[in-house]
Amino acid sequence: MTEHTEHIDSAKTYILVFLCLIGLTLLTTAVAFVNLGDFSVVAALTIAVCKMLLVALFFMHVRHSTKLTKLVLAGALVWLGILILLTLTDFATRGLGGVPGR
Amino acid sequence: MITAAVTERENYLNVSHGLKSWLLTKDHKRIGLLYLFTITLFFFLGGAFATLIRIELLTPQGGLVSSETYNKLFTMHGVAMIFFFLIPSIPATLGNFFLPMMIGARDLAFPRINLLSWYLLVIGGLFGLFAMLAGGVDTGWTFYTPYSTTYSNSWVIATALGIFVAGFSSILTGLNFIVTVHRMRAPGMTWFRLPLFVWANYATSLIQVLGTPVLAVTIVLLFSERVFHIGIFDPALGGDPVLFQHLFWFYSHPAVYIMVLPAMGVLSELVSTFSRKPIFGYKLVAFSSVAIAVLGFLVWGHHLFVSTQSVYAGMVFSFLSYFVAIPSAIKVFNWTATLYKGSISYATPMLYAFGFIGLFTIGGLTGLFVASLGIDVHVTDTYFVVAHFHYIMVGGTIMAYLGGLHYWWPKITGRMYPELWARLSAMVIFLGFNFTFFPQFILGYLGMPRRYHVYPPEFQVLHVMSTLGASVLAVGYAIPMVYFVWSLRYGKLAPDNPWGATGLEWKTPSPPPPHNFDRIPIVEHEAYDYSTVVGEVMEVG
Amino acid sequence: MASQIHAETLALREQFNTEAQQKDAATLGMWIFLITEIMFFGGLFLAYTVYRRWYADAFAVASSSLNVYIGAANTVVLLSSSLTMVLAVRAAQLGKRKAIVWFLVLTLLLGGVFLGVKAYEWNQKFVEHHIPGPAFHFEGVAQQGPAQLFFSLYFAMTGLHALHMVIGVGLLTLLIVQAAKGRFSASYMTPVDVVGLYWHFVDIIWIFLFPLLYLIDRHLGK
Repeated sequence: MTEHTEHIDSAKTYILVFLCLIGLTLLTTAVAFVNLGDFSVVAALTIAVCKMLLVALFFMHVRHSTKLTKLVLAGALVWLGILILLTLTDFATRGLGGVPGR
Repeated sequence: MITAAVTERENYLNVSHGLKSWLLTKDHKRIGLLYLFTITLFFFLGGAFATLIRIELLTPQGGLVSSETYNKLFTMHGVAMIFFFLIPSIPATLGNFFLPMMIGARDLAFPRINLLSWYLLVIGGLFGLFAMLAGGVDTGWTFYTPYSTTYSNSWVIATALGIFVAGFSSILTGLNFIVTVHRMRAPGMTWFRLPLFVWANYATSLIQVLGTPVLAVTIVLLFSERVFHIGIFDPALGGDPVLFQHLFWFYSHPAVYIMVLPAMGVLSELVSTFSRKPIFGYKLVAFSSVAIAVLGFLVWGHHLFVSTQSVYAGMVFSFLSYFVAIPSAIKVFNWTATLYKGSISYATPMLYAFGFIGLFTIGGLTGLFVASLGIDVHVTDTYFVVAHFHYIMVGGTIMAYLGGLHYWWPKITGRMYPELWARLSAMVIFLGFNFTFFPQFILGYLGMPRRYHVYPPEFQVLHVMSTLGASVLAVGYAIPMVYFVWSLRYGKLAPDNPWGATGLEWKTPSPPPPHNFDRIPIVEHEAYDYSTVVGEVMEVG
Repeated sequence: MASQIHAETLALREQFNTEAQQKDAATLGMWIFLITEIMFFGGLFLAYTVYRRWYADAFAVASSSLNVYIGAANTVVLLSSSLTMVLAVRAAQLGKRKAIVWFLVLTLLLGGVFLGVKAYEWNQKFVEHHIPGPAFHFEGVAQQGPAQLFFSLYFAMTGLHALHMVIGVGLLTLLIVQAAKGRFSASYMTPVDVVGLYWHFVDIIWIFLFPLLYLIDRHLGK
């Protein structure tokens, strides 16, 4: 199984992706000045994830890569998710139920 | 009588001479031996600390060492054994040596990174050794804050630095194995024709690359807290010491599977060869290795049951902890089913395999005890837990490691070890082990805390029994040191396949040539296909 | 298929059978290294998540003391360096020696600009007494602890990121020297490829660091 190196993206594609990234950067900066309450962090992270996907899919060629590469990347994100989410089962539930020290 | 002409055949040991040819080698087989040498030193260092601990525990009042020194003894015992012996052990010695051969490759994907891995272990080990000699560290191998960050006056940073560096050794080995198994299998060597030892090391490598980096960043934070007082674990500044525990155990729980999965891989090889039967339920055993690796990451909170972790998280982690027992149990059942109607030989490796099955089962079952949130509140931080993990790591991993060493010794060295002495020491080890650690289950259940050297007099009988067992165990470990070295010069010359085993490593001469295979083999048979070794004589005794 | 033992070249080392196999192995190896980096930074992201939830207000106030325009501009600089990096990889795939060198040099320069701006920002923090430690003092909060925690995480995360940038700069320098010597061609450009992956990864880390550190509740307008 080889990496799909025959497919060489055009410079135009890369520049287009770059412009999207700049746009999203400006967007996230602007949105930060708008009061979205709790949704602010969701918006910021969503935009960041979009930027990450653009860099990964286009600049890192994940778009053309093997299933294994995609699995490796997805796996890492899942593992990061496990680290944060399972730890939050502790930090987000302390004091729930009103029992002291629990 | 094999003639001198055969022993002059070029192999990986005699192809070049001199220190430089070893210290700058790219050969995975030589690197495996470099590791063997290094980890054996750390095993005996850790064992020396264990000896002092057991002697101290002979009397209820202690008296041999002060409390401060005792704290250092159990800390350094844990650090040496876990980070510089057990974690590297099977993967870096037997895995390094045999994984490429088993898949039909000439070496690992990245030989120079392999060598770097060894150097990192040595450097990390030297930092740790320096810390031990300079005065020691007394925080427990778990380095809990705030003691490790604020109050301890011992060599925390030097030790942590050593562990940090050794961690990268582990990460790079894992990375190397994963790429090798994916990209360097010989033609016809499909995933489901791989020896189960390869599956086990592959699963272990997944844990190494996903878990160890978290330990690394935890150590960076520990360092920053201790030196710069950044507040991340300091309640006075708004930090939470339990955050350290979450970060630490996110790695350190999967770490125990780094220590046991390769051992299970060895077991599959031994049980198959010495029953002369394919492993029952090959795919289940293969998948169970990956399942253990994955599930092992979901349970770390069971180390935090009595911390200020919320009870709801405790319930989640307790629930998840039961599941990780299932794939382990699957393996034990499958090994047992393999034995059924097998042609069983009681050669030394098989004795170790039997020992593993029994002792790992006990250790694993007691794991269910401590997975229970309610029971753990009673037995946590007692000798019950100490006995639980020693049954798995010593009764399990070390037995499998010794079994594997004996099994592959002929291939590695071209010599047979003396079978009688080997069987004797296996039995001495089994006996000594049980006398050392079974009393500790009782002690723990009765309330004897871990990491204490002063205890109520009514516990003395059990402690004395444990120490006596440890003395026997020590003798058991010393004997192979002697005969293995002896065998290098005086051992019977080994044939290519003394055990009549399947697997590509047994198709090469003993010891193997530098590049393993003159021509990359083409694999046409399933794993453990004994029809391919009909007539290969089993050499026993 | 070089299934027999063969002499070693850069593009086909001893342990491999084909050049494609070697390239695949190198790429997979770099990807796995990157996932170890994701988990390494992940511990810091965890600490950040925990403490931001606990100290939302203090974190918002502390975050507002960072210059959002400099942060955004620096983000653009780093994204530009990713563009020049992928163009360098593309040049290598096409075997255009001079283009490889120029794009790598541009990437290096942009990376240098990023680091220079970061140094300036850190110096600002030093001047304002926002560096955690005995001299820390943040105006306008009742408790210093949580504000200091923000800055501890700020320096830990941007510091670790900067360290990775410096390593990247080192790698780029090595690549530029080799590229100038004509070491790379369409059939052998693996080092450019894998350094590119590394560089983009470091960029992705910053893509998250920017909003998490600079954009906390800016609407509060402090």
